[in-house]
Amino acid sequence: MKVVVCIKQVPDTKGGVKFNPDGTLDRAAMMTIMNPDDKAGLEAALRLKDQYGAEVTVLTMGLPKAEDVLREAIAMGADKGVLVTDRVLGGADTWATSQTLAGALRNMEYDLIITGRQAIDGDTAQVGPQISEHLNIPVISYAQKLKIDGDYVIVERQYDDRYHVLKAKMPCLITALAELNEPRYMTPGGIFDACKAEITVWGRADLKDVEDSNLGLKGSPTQIAKASDKVRKGAGEKVNLDPAESVDYIVNKLKEKHVI
Amino acid sequence: MNLEEYKGVYVFAQQVDNVINNIAFELVGKGKDLAEALGTEVTAVLVGSNVKGLADQLAEYGADKVIVVDDPELKEYRTEPYAHAIASVINKYKPEIFLVGATAIGRDLGPRVSARIHTGLTADCTQLEIGDFPLAPVPGKEQKHNQLLMTRPAFGGNTIATIACPDFRPQMATVRPGVMQKRERKPGVKANVEEFNPGFTPDHKYVEIMEVVKAVSNTVDIMDAKILVSGGRGMGSPENFKMLEDLAEVLDGQVSCSRAVVDAGWKPKDLQVGQTGKTVRPNVYFAVGISGAIQHLAGMEESDIIVAINKDESAPIFDVADYGVVGDLNKIVPALTEKLRAELAKNQ
Repeated sequence: MKVVVCIKQVPDTKGGVKFNPDGTLDRAAMMTIMNPDDKAGLEAALRLKDQYGAEVTVLTMGLPKAEDVLREAIAMGADKGVLVTDRVLGGADTWATSQTLAGALRNMEYDLIITGRQAIDGDTAQVGPQISEHLNIPVISYAQKLKIDGDYVIVERQYDDRYHVLKAKMPCLITALAELNEPRYMTPGGIFDACKAEITVWGRADLKDVEDSNLGLKGSPTQIAKASDKVRKGAGEKVNLDPAESVDYIVNKLKEKHVI
Repeated sequence: MNLEEYKGVYVFAQQVDNVINNIAFELVGKGKDLAEALGTEVTAVLVGSNVKGLADQLAEYGADKVIVVDDPELKEYRTEPYAHAIASVINKYKPEIFLVGATAIGRDLGPRVSARIHTGLTADCTQLEIGDFPLAPVPGKEQKHNQLLMTRPAFGGNTIATIACPDFRPQMATVRPGVMQKRERKPGVKANVEEFNPGFTPDHKYVEIMEVVKAVSNTVDIMDAKILVSGGRGMGSPENFKMLEDLAEVLDGQVSCSRAVVDAGWKPKDLQVGQTGKTVRPNVYFAVGISGAIQHLAGMEESDIIVAINKDESAPIFDVADYGVVGDLNKIVPALTEKLRAELAKNQ
């Protein structure tokens, strides 16, 4: 069984973001991490490796330094890493990104493709389902549990107030929720392997059956009109009183505003 | 692609178990604003099995027309037949704008459809308006008018971006639930219904539903609550939420919580407010023991009145609170509940 996990190197938004003087994001000044949902997807794949001996390949698209995130995945237990990097792929929106990854996947063997539900930088949740459409395979998004049954994958698909147990014939694409599992740590042996591992690097010419007009900034249907730091509503009053006075303060404010 | 052929604002009217989701009415409301700016109409697309009878509800909230795609294959949501239904509607009717709710369904359906018909899709929008792209004229570049300008938060709510889709149609967006306003319901309005069935032939992309497991929950959706009493990690234990339940009960409100509380297993996910939870805008939002991570603020800062109670006076929640109280929630909350109970008894 062959599993390809699509992973993304993202800025760690938990520590806040930093901006260049011109208002664009200062990615260089921010720490990067493996996107959390993708890491859960990788862990799911590694469990299939433990259980069924699945071969796990990690695939990413990004700048040359995104190679680091592939090595981290190999240190966790992935077998191979493929980096798709090329100047002409820059500035891609989700359409162009999914076209790029689909172009790479057409050169790879897979029974199962796993992506994270969404990346913490864009939060779009689009690339997984879009890849599945380009490859004409079924998709199951928001997976909170998964198992294999012969040629089929059985997945608990989360919705707002329920989940569905779905069965799909492989090849199939799954998008993983962080809830799927608790990802393992890198192992010393894994880190050793990761240092010597050969990362496959592909450029535009290695993508199969993709038109230039679907790649990079020029192939992106969506365009940014403006981007800015979020303007927050200003702070109101802040008081530091004893408990009884605090209660009176809140009650008076609720009265003023006709809440009570 | 001849962009001129594409006319009208269409919205996906999400239903589950033949109950229309609130997001459908919110999209009809917003769609109406956009349609008025463009001098066109808003059409709701209702997809399911035996759903035709629901169409009038969409008209009552302002839909000028309802396209009904009714087929037994559409009884429960599944990506493929729903994507086929929506993509077929788009190919036949050629809308210039197509809006979908950014729900667990819409965020799966939207990208599959946009990839099938080759157009752009902007995720989780919190603001939509009609305007020019580029926003200001740029020498050597055509400025297009009457474009859909889609605004959304990104980078965990740290930045906000406005996106356009000038060269492809329809301009598609998923829209965050709870952000757009419904129009006032006009009871008795009948829908102008058009039925359309593109035919459904199961293939390898139709997944099999083996089981449907509904969450046991008798709480009201926090997105509908007028008053929310929300607890964070500072509550200290799941037992301490009893205090918040008492306060909520006195005010006829609901209890909600932050992500930390869900991660700790103290409360179920459907009560979570924030970027990865629900967006709420109640009349009053009590943030109790919530520090106010940016992801949390993104889900509640549009509330009319925010009252924060926290012992840490540097907590970021105070940056958005109208009324911030620095102090011990264990002392303040029970006393507040008693005082409010007494005040409300006086009013009766």
